[in-house]
Amino acid sequence: MSSIDPRINRLDLPTNEDGKNVLDELEQWETYEVFHQKKRGDQHVHVGIVHSANPELALIMAKETFGRRRQTANLWVVKSSAVTASDYEDQDIFETTPEKTYREASDYYCMDRIRKYQQEHGIKDRKEDRRKKKDLDNKEPVKKETAE
Amino acid sequence: MNYNETQIKAVKEFLYKIADDQLIIGHRNSEWTGLGPLVEEDIAFSSIAQDKIGQAQHIYEILHSLGEADADTIAFTRNAAAFKSCHLVELPIGEYDFSLMRNFLFNHAEQIRFDMLANSGLEPLAKLAKKYRGEVKYHTMHANTWVRQLGKANEESHARMQTALNDTFNLALGIFEESEFADILKDLNIFPGEKVLQYKWIEAITPLLEQSMLVLPESSAWQPVYGGRKGFHTEYLEPMLEEMGEVFRLDPKAEW
Repeated sequence: MSSIDPRINRLDLPTNEDGKNVLDELEQWETYEVFHQKKRGDQHVHVGIVHSANPELALIMAKETFGRRRQTANLWVVKSSAVTASDYEDQDIFETTPEKTYREASDYYCMDRIRKYQQEHGIKDRKEDRRKKKDLDNKEPVKKETAE
Repeated sequence: MNYNETQIKAVKEFLYKIADDQLIIGHRNSEWTGLGPLVEEDIAFSSIAQDKIGQAQHIYEILHSLGEADADTIAFTRNAAAFKSCHLVELPIGEYDFSLMRNFLFNHAEQIRFDMLANSGLEPLAKLAKKYRGEVKYHTMHANTWVRQLGKANEESHARMQTALNDTFNLALGIFEESEFADILKDLNIFPGEKVLQYKWIEAITPLLEQSMLVLPESSAWQPVYGGRKGFHTEYLEPMLEEMGEVFRLDPKAEW
């Protein structure tokens, strides 16, 4: 059986009766899940896997595979076998009945109350200022065009 | 820089030696691209190769500012006798154990040399040494991790790494072939000397090899392979240079 990886084909491994390559257990390295942190304090985000014989070598591999084309502060590697995952067959446990929208974060409208509180207490809404500025920046070139 | 003629000559020879080592080992290591033992290592080893060539280019640019030809011309048009690299870096890649051990021995010498150069009186070189500190550190981390893993993994890997060490050690001692200009470089506060570097190098690699259950050859058996720094090379360098510069020489004026 030929592989999509040319280096596997070049190995010219002996094959079983079913045509599959015979690989000793030792030739199949374990995989490690790689978590990437962009800046110190940010959360680590899962970015993929590397093959490795031990955790230290996994970090060495992960540095080049996942760290070389983006800003990186820190990497974690975790043996894939250490991960306990939920079953996709059980995906229905995450579903909720339509009338229980209060369970979803998007169901909470509270900004009007927050703004009212801010106005009453003279607190400046910096987010609002930024939003207004952004809108203004976006509108400006349009104005120019119409003026011309 | 207000150096006299001999001092300039000393500086140039020193720069050529460092950059040529990096270019040649970089090119040799790049011969593993596409053939690495697994794709992650293929990427890592290729990046390391590329880093070394980049560092060499930077040093050639310093040489250019001292009146030498431009970096590409220096790299791709000289013949073997003009190269000041040691024999360790020019040998063919062999098996992966050989390439890894060569890289381990070379990277440690390079890291210590760069540490020493960070305080060098030759300012552009001191800046360069600081700039590439992180790159060089990763190169030694990579080498240490592999040597530790394979030195202890199983009987075969241990035997192969020990053989690789025995085969490369005297060649690696050739890195420290002293220059006739050593005193000048020392007086100018540019570099304290190859003997100092070799001493620090032995100090650095000894505990790492012990952790990897590998044995350094007895000092009575050390036979440094010298000659490279004077332009004497093995039969392997010239064909490599021909291949490396083949495309460049087709049209040296081409814009890349």
